[in-house]
Amino acid sequence: MSATTPKIAHQFALPHNRTAGSAAAAVKITVRDLNFFYGRSQALHNISLAIPERAVMALIGPSGCGKSTFLRTLNRMNDVIPGTRVEGEVTIDGSDIYAPGTDVVDLRRRVGMVFQKSNPFPKSIFDNVAYGLRINRITRSKAELADRVEQALKDAALWNEAKDRLHQSALGLSGGQQQRLCIARALAIRPEVILMDEPASALDPIATSKIEELIVDLKKRYTIVIVTHNMQQAARVSDSTAFFLLGKLIEVNPTERIFTAPDQKVTEDYITGRFG
Amino acid sequence: MTAFTAACTLFAVGVLLVILAYIAWQGIGSISLRFLLDSPRPVGEGGGIGNAILGSVVLLLLSSAAGMPLGIAVGVYLSEFGAGRFASLVRFIVDTLTGIPSIVTGVFVYAVVVLPLKHFSAFAGGIALALIMIPIVARTTEEMIRLVPQNLREGALALGAPQWRVTLGVVIPAAASGIATGAMLAVARVSGETAPLLFTAFGSRFFSHYLDQPIASLTVQIYNYAISPYDEWHAQAWAATLVLMTLILGINIVVRFFTRKKF
Repeated sequence: MSATTPKIAHQFALPHNRTAGSAAAAVKITVRDLNFFYGRSQALHNISLAIPERAVMALIGPSGCGKSTFLRTLNRMNDVIPGTRVEGEVTIDGSDIYAPGTDVVDLRRRVGMVFQKSNPFPKSIFDNVAYGLRINRITRSKAELADRVEQALKDAALWNEAKDRLHQSALGLSGGQQQRLCIARALAIRPEVILMDEPASALDPIATSKIEELIVDLKKRYTIVIVTHNMQQAARVSDSTAFFLLGKLIEVNPTERIFTAPDQKVTEDYITGRFG
Repeated sequence: MTAFTAACTLFAVGVLLVILAYIAWQGIGSISLRFLLDSPRPVGEGGGIGNAILGSVVLLLLSSAAGMPLGIAVGVYLSEFGAGRFASLVRFIVDTLTGIPSIVTGVFVYAVVVLPLKHFSAFAGGIALALIMIPIVARTTEEMIRLVPQNLREGALALGAPQWRVTLGVVIPAAASGIATGAMLAVARVSGETAPLLFTAFGSRFFSHYLDQPIASLTVQIYNYAISPYDEWHAQAWAATLVLMTLILGINIVVRFFTRKKF
């Protein structure tokens, strides 16, 4: 245990982080002693970290290290998997999302998610983006709905490619366009946090760079947590990086530091490709 | 291997085509507008199967109205909500129901519906056919909904959709054409049923105006004419068979048109 005990840099440490750190690093999500179980096997061990507002945090680590599981605890997406159990505390803006009586539907409205494999609904482009707006009865008129859809598509850098085919099938888009559509769909309901689970892993380099530009642009307004297998991607888009190994959080630090002078030897080994 | 499977395919399709061609050849001669609209008349006076066509349509509508929503609901339950022992039990029962001979269903409805009401009726026929439909529709619906990728459900849940809206708004539409195909299979299957109707709808030689009265159907009419000793009725039975096949084909085409993949 002692070998892998995280030595968390003060900026992300708990609980005295609110006063510490640089300029605008207000904390959006606080995780305390989070344990997660699939049936009897424990997937996450005592995770504690603070996710800063309006910044990008990357989660890295080898396959099966629990980073996707961790991501999915932040919008309670694991609830849909039977036999799972959560211990500990996850607070967003100070309120515990696992407290009894939490409105999960409202939570997911505030914490959007983009999946590894793009998953547009078999509907038109317009209806895909409008889905969350309609479900949550956010817009009051057709004109407002159309405005919000347009804005979301623009924010996701898809408007120019999609504007002439809004009412055609979303499945006719390319892989990269489909993923940006899923981002637009998440943006349409104006969440506060966006979780991204390897959003570019199935895309070619050009589509990937578009998604990355988008992430950098979006962090001005949203808190973003992104799982990635791609070290360069983590280095390019994120402000801070958390390294997971075997269900434990090994290290969380500013991205620059993780990639130049990590606290832990094991982090360095992973980043330099010595394992994983 | 390719040649062997191709030969088997050709044989199977060939047999089907021979049956269709034979029915068409035997039946086409007796078909006329009058045959399609008139009700049966005594031997030698012609007559038609108009009442049987209408009766079959009524019976199919009745059974679909009851059987399809129930069957689809069971299928949705099994795939989306059913977990554990109860669902396994339901699945086992549904599978068993699929295998029950249709004449048994007919006798059952006779005992439970016809006897208490003291007469045969279109309702009883519709119930018998619906009972045959439900397990078929339920199982195909379940299979089709299982094919909908899990990440589609998660995508909708992640947007703040409650479970029931995910099922109704995303999952079922994504599986709609498959469900419709299953429903059509069920309609095609029951439209060819004769045995359960003998005890329930019974048959009639007249146009029936009431659902609580016996009603004619193409299959029972074909059966009655086929076992008769008259050549004229034999010819009419062939013609009625051709009409029945055309009816099933027509239903299939119409439904495929309306449920074709738009996206």
